[in-house]
Amino acid sequence: MTAIPAEPAAAPATEQPEPSGPWWKRSAHWLAEGNVAVVTFLAVVCGLVFGAILIIVTTTSTLHAWGHLGSNPKHAFGASLTTVGHAYGDLFTGSIFSPSDLTHALRTGHGWVTLFTPLSETLVSATPLILAGTGVALGFSTGVFNIGGQGQYIAGALCATYVGFGVHAPLAIHMPLVILAGAAGGAVAGFIPGFLKARTGAHEVIVTIMLNYIFLDLLSYLLTTRPLQQPGQSNSISQTIPSSATLPHLFGSNLRVNAGLIVALLVAAGASWFMRRSTLGFTFRVIGSNPTAGRTAGMDSRRATILVLTISGALVGLAGMSTLAGTDFFLSTNYGGSTGFNAITVALLGRNKPSGVVLGSLLFAALDTGGRYMQAATGIPIDLTTVIQAVIVFMVATPALIREIFRLRDAGAGKILLFTKGWAG
Amino acid sequence: MKLELEGITKRFGTLVANDGIDLTVEPGEIHCLLGENGAGKSTLMNVLFGLLKADSGEIKVDGKVVHFDDPGDAIAVGIGMVHQHFMLVPVFSVAENVVLGFEPTRPLGFLDRQKAREDIRRLSSEFGLEVDPDAIVEKLPVGLQQRVEIVKALMRDVSLLILDEPTAVLTPQEIEGLFTIMRSLSSTGRSILFITHKLKEVLAVADRITVMRQGKVIGTTTPAEADEETLASMMVGRDVDLVVHKEPAKPGETVLELSGLTIADERGITVVNDVDLDVRAGEIVALAGVQGNGQTELSEALLGLLPVYSGSIKVGGKDLTKATPREALRAGIAYIPEDRQLEGLVLNMSIADNLVLDLHNVPPYARHGARNLTEVRQSAERKLGEFDIRATSVETPVGTLSGGNQQKVVAARELSRPVRLLVAAQPTRGLDVGSIEYVHRRIVEERDGGMAVLLVSSELDEILALADRVAVMYRGGIVGVVPPSVGREQIGLMMAGAADGAQKPSAAGPPTESTANPSL
Repeated sequence: MTAIPAEPAAAPATEQPEPSGPWWKRSAHWLAEGNVAVVTFLAVVCGLVFGAILIIVTTTSTLHAWGHLGSNPKHAFGASLTTVGHAYGDLFTGSIFSPSDLTHALRTGHGWVTLFTPLSETLVSATPLILAGTGVALGFSTGVFNIGGQGQYIAGALCATYVGFGVHAPLAIHMPLVILAGAAGGAVAGFIPGFLKARTGAHEVIVTIMLNYIFLDLLSYLLTTRPLQQPGQSNSISQTIPSSATLPHLFGSNLRVNAGLIVALLVAAGASWFMRRSTLGFTFRVIGSNPTAGRTAGMDSRRATILVLTISGALVGLAGMSTLAGTDFFLSTNYGGSTGFNAITVALLGRNKPSGVVLGSLLFAALDTGGRYMQAATGIPIDLTTVIQAVIVFMVATPALIREIFRLRDAGAGKILLFTKGWAG
Repeated sequence: MKLELEGITKRFGTLVANDGIDLTVEPGEIHCLLGENGAGKSTLMNVLFGLLKADSGEIKVDGKVVHFDDPGDAIAVGIGMVHQHFMLVPVFSVAENVVLGFEPTRPLGFLDRQKAREDIRRLSSEFGLEVDPDAIVEKLPVGLQQRVEIVKALMRDVSLLILDEPTAVLTPQEIEGLFTIMRSLSSTGRSILFITHKLKEVLAVADRITVMRQGKVIGTTTPAEADEETLASMMVGRDVDLVVHKEPAKPGETVLELSGLTIADERGITVVNDVDLDVRAGEIVALAGVQGNGQTELSEALLGLLPVYSGSIKVGGKDLTKATPREALRAGIAYIPEDRQLEGLVLNMSIADNLVLDLHNVPPYARHGARNLTEVRQSAERKLGEFDIRATSVETPVGTLSGGNQQKVVAARELSRPVRLLVAAQPTRGLDVGSIEYVHRRIVEERDGGMAVLLVSSELDEILALADRVAVMYRGGIVGVVPPSVGREQIGLMMAGAADGAQKPSAAGPPTESTANPSL
């Protein structure tokens, strides 16, 4: 027998009493309430701590030092701190900037490019994540699970490539056309599962996953055919797009950060406005929260499903376009790798809010670029950063765990339960 | 069993759900616990049944202090509970359900079905329960399913039986049957704790009555000393006008015309069968019936939420048989859905957003696809006052409001359009007495303003108070349309399927399936 105590929830609004007092008391209260931002921050802390432990137990010298914990405990802790400090220092140096480069640049007035290269690389890898993550987040907010990022990414990149080498026009016309082509390719790839779901009830998760394979293999096939394949090449790589079709560099040709970042930030800002202020975005949110109420209020949930998957696909398509026209300039098999799936992760990390997606993308991109540098500098494998990312996502997905670890008061939980379950009465 | 609760206190965060509750149930007593939703009755029962732990206070059974860590402990001392929502396995037989959890076995672990059957027959005849141990539970009417729950409790040797809102799903005749069973149980010395918010039932069956309000015991009385008015004012904390004041209806032109309306559900089973019904401007027509006899589907079809199989729906002369919900709303139907939290509201969104769910994309709330949030907020603030919605701000999420205020948000939205027909499905379900008063007054006001009202309700009191005409539904068809003055008894019989209430049927039949499933 499992009766739930319905009474407290059915009771009239029991609003949390607002804390009063000086600002520090109020912020302490706010922290202790364990709101979304705090939980996310603590999840990152957990990820880094877990990573530190991994570094210690996988490095021979520190492990050896711990083996002599009894005879020389100071050394064990000292060696661990040094190793972890170096690794995380490299992570920072490789993704943001190097302090020594900064002093060098300030003293001599040269070496600015070197100083900004890590940051530029981080922004370059954040760009597709922001675009695809925003697309996936729109779907999540509408209650639609777009797992087809990989396929839509390829579709966007593929269309951008065709328009890139197929059209001849000056940059001012050509580049916008490439951008539109990327969005259109992704939109078509998103429309298909949307249409199938609305018409036949086919579940979008199954359809989008299957479409991933279709687009992967379609790409492999097309790369062996004229006119896509690079002339005179037996490898499966495409023609290179001309410079009129590429996204221009923002800070000179030595830094790879390009106009794709601008596109991504504009899209994120636009998506934020769209969800909060547009009528269609409102419809999406209603249907995402309670489709039955939306239907009763005269909303067309099928239309919304088709539209949101199309828009979501278009944004993921833009992500494919942004790497193709921003940094790669030609297609190869397996293009995009796992970006479509990482998009799901950053959407989760950013709580389906475009601003959150931007921050989540920057964090993940920084871990990626910094991880590569760390591997080169200290020999700690880049997989470590993947583990850190995974721990962060795991923690974000289980806020109850974070609250338990850090003894936070469970402020919002009752309300959240109320929203999702819906009590009788 | 003599049960004593002393100073039971239970807090949820800052909310005190039970505040120093004292309650004594004597052996062989039918004790009613009366209170509005949110008064703390369910919390108290969950404490008593070991589902929740009290923050302070003592439970005594026959003078000895007991501690319940889980329902098993409560069952062990002889406390049984029949929940509002039955805990039965629909595809199992009565006998299988009854022994579930403590199955009698023969050597080698074989189920002893024979013993289970005999035990059920013995208990069944002892208390006049008339339960067939071999019947499949899902084929039984709700009233009999409830008896299965009672048998389940009796099999575990209960000496105190808790009945949580047991009459919500029963016809008037089934309620009478339940009361008879309750009396025969109490005559054997078993105590019964009967939880309800219905005043008439309390006065009909209770030996003693304890009234709760806002987590506290307000007082204990007996049916001889109290009447409906005094009980209601104890529940609400002020004088309550239980009578709905309304003038005779002045019906105008026909607004809603249903002819031969037939609706099939997803499985192709006819749920509404060949219904003809007119509702005119300025009158309230009530669809009465035990839940699940097609009223829900009929009201949903009016809004275009369910497809019409044959027949037609006309509102103000306009054919809406194939209309989408949006077209139906724009044609002048206001719809107060049966389940306001599921169909009427988006709980995590603000009051302001919920007030424009239907009109969010038309001026003045939006222009060129962009929402005008200032207008949305200002209009919401006006409606807060107009409909007496109690909330700190229009930005408050609707899910944090009380049931009554949530219903007012739905009503405010639906009645803010130009409307000719109001379809109100269970408009007061789960509301407190004060909110019920408000909703009833509002419905009568709308009628007097010339609106046609179709009221769907399973509360006979509500129907008798509001309706100008009563259409009784049974198994998807309309048994008859009668004036409310024919009385409770006859409408009750019609709800059980007797045309005009002339002959008495054996029992209220299973409320689903009709023509398409002739095996029933």
